[in-house]
Amino acid sequence: MVSAEAVHKRFGRQEVLKGISLRVAPGEVMCLLGPSGSGKSTFLRCINHLEKIQAGRLFVDGALVGYRQVGEKLHELHEREVTHKRAEIGMVFQHFNLFPHMTALGNVTCAPMCVKKVGREQARERGAELLARVGLADKLDAYPAQLSGGQQQRVAIARALAMEPKLMLFDEPTSALDPELVGEVLAVMKQLAGEGMTMIVVTHEIGFAREVADTVVFMDGGVVVESGPPAEVLSNPRNERTRAFLSKVL
Amino acid sequence: MSSSEATSGSGPPEEIRAVPVRRPGRWIAAAIVVVIAAALIRSVVTNPRFEWSVVGNYLFDQRILEGLVVTIELTVIAMAIGVVLGVLLAVMRVSSNPLVSRASWLYIWFFRGTPVLVQLLFWYNIAALYPKLALGIPFGPAFVHPDVNTLITAFKAAVLGLGLNEGAYMAEIVRAGMISVDEGQTHAAQSLGMTRVQTMRRIVLPQAMRVIIPPTGNETISMLKTTSLASVITVSELLYSAEEIYAVNYKTIQLLIVASVWYIACTSVLYVGQHYLERYYGRGATREVQARQGLRFGFFSFPHGGQ
Repeated sequence: MVSAEAVHKRFGRQEVLKGISLRVAPGEVMCLLGPSGSGKSTFLRCINHLEKIQAGRLFVDGALVGYRQVGEKLHELHEREVTHKRAEIGMVFQHFNLFPHMTALGNVTCAPMCVKKVGREQARERGAELLARVGLADKLDAYPAQLSGGQQQRVAIARALAMEPKLMLFDEPTSALDPELVGEVLAVMKQLAGEGMTMIVVTHEIGFAREVADTVVFMDGGVVVESGPPAEVLSNPRNERTRAFLSKVL
Repeated sequence: MSSSEATSGSGPPEEIRAVPVRRPGRWIAAAIVVVIAAALIRSVVTNPRFEWSVVGNYLFDQRILEGLVVTIELTVIAMAIGVVLGVLLAVMRVSSNPLVSRASWLYIWFFRGTPVLVQLLFWYNIAALYPKLALGIPFGPAFVHPDVNTLITAFKAAVLGLGLNEGAYMAEIVRAGMISVDEGQTHAAQSLGMTRVQTMRRIVLPQAMRVIIPPTGNETISMLKTTSLASVITVSELLYSAEEIYAVNYKTIQLLIVASVWYIACTSVLYVGQHYLERYYGRGATREVQARQGLRFGFFSFPHGGQ
């Protein structure tokens, strides 16, 4: 589903990603772990082309991200094509980024209506369905400010799912939550993983990674330090840096 | 041990009845204000040179009322131009096209950098620069070519001058509103596949409105009074009408008071409007906070079986 080949990303002079190569199979759940500043979130943002990469190749579902290859040359994609591709990738943010001027249902129906041109009634029906799926059937008309952090993040997940993505990106989805609210968001993500959604999750929740991830990738300093099944990487890390990091978080 | 226990007392608590602190300074300050105010009112009322009866006679004079209508027309049209132009310029300013963004910057720089009175005079005399206007294909044939002297009346010159100038100020207000919207909103909208135009129209601008509305009210009040500058280019608005009358009867002060009364009356109406607009937008924020607090309260008190 996602394939990265030596992806490099610079912000000015600072090199954030120094050659990331990894593969995510359809239906796979991959957890990205690592200290802050290791480039996990940046990598996630490169996948839906919110950030441009400077070198390497990034493929989603077999197609290059942000470019079209014609012979030897790369052609930049038009904004319309980029947004079209983005709509197929759901993203959930650390700070939820719900639209505060819309109700929960408004948040969920907004993109299907204005991007996919789904009819109002149909969008609302599907939106209510999705909100029920994340356990918020009674909060359709609540504004984000009236919801707890956990509820907001669940609305954000429903909003991303409303576009029927084939891949979901989670950028530290529980880092901004009170500890007691983390569980409800992880439960929704677990359920989603169980339904066969392809997911890339940047997280510090080692327990979640152990239980749900098919692959755990440990990143540090813009490179992949170690990757493999959670049982191996988390219980028996081979790399010194992974071991040091895990001893601090666990 | 019992001293560190948190207990909620039974029954209503005894209210505190304490002797208030004496504040002689307040009484002295109040006395000074009252004396000054009384002296001012007395002089205004008793000074016969104010000729309040003349003021009363001209307050609803036909010419004054006609001038008032022109003033209101000017304010509404110039503000409308200003708001539309302001949004356009602000969007241009944040455009990724450097030429478009520069053009907007240049416009704002020029129109904020020159006095609005000079701009009014400029538009009034535009025919000296362009005697003929031609509408057609650039560098090609023209379809219509009206005479500028008859096309740009004093009123139109005032509308142009005030509106184009206002656009520059409104652009900065709108831009401030757009900047105030968190970047995460744009990221979220883009990640959902919205284009930049859709993001701007549906996500950023609606949220920016809360920041844009109060200073826009301020600009409207300011515009109402700035229209008096149009009297210089012979637009028969409120001040010009007053001037025309006192040019004949020499009741200068009285007619300036008449004009001032109407300006204050109009700004007062706008004040009320702005107050309600601000309360409307502010209420959204406070209600949200209240609702959230209520929710939190309900949440925390739930385990104890309260509420």
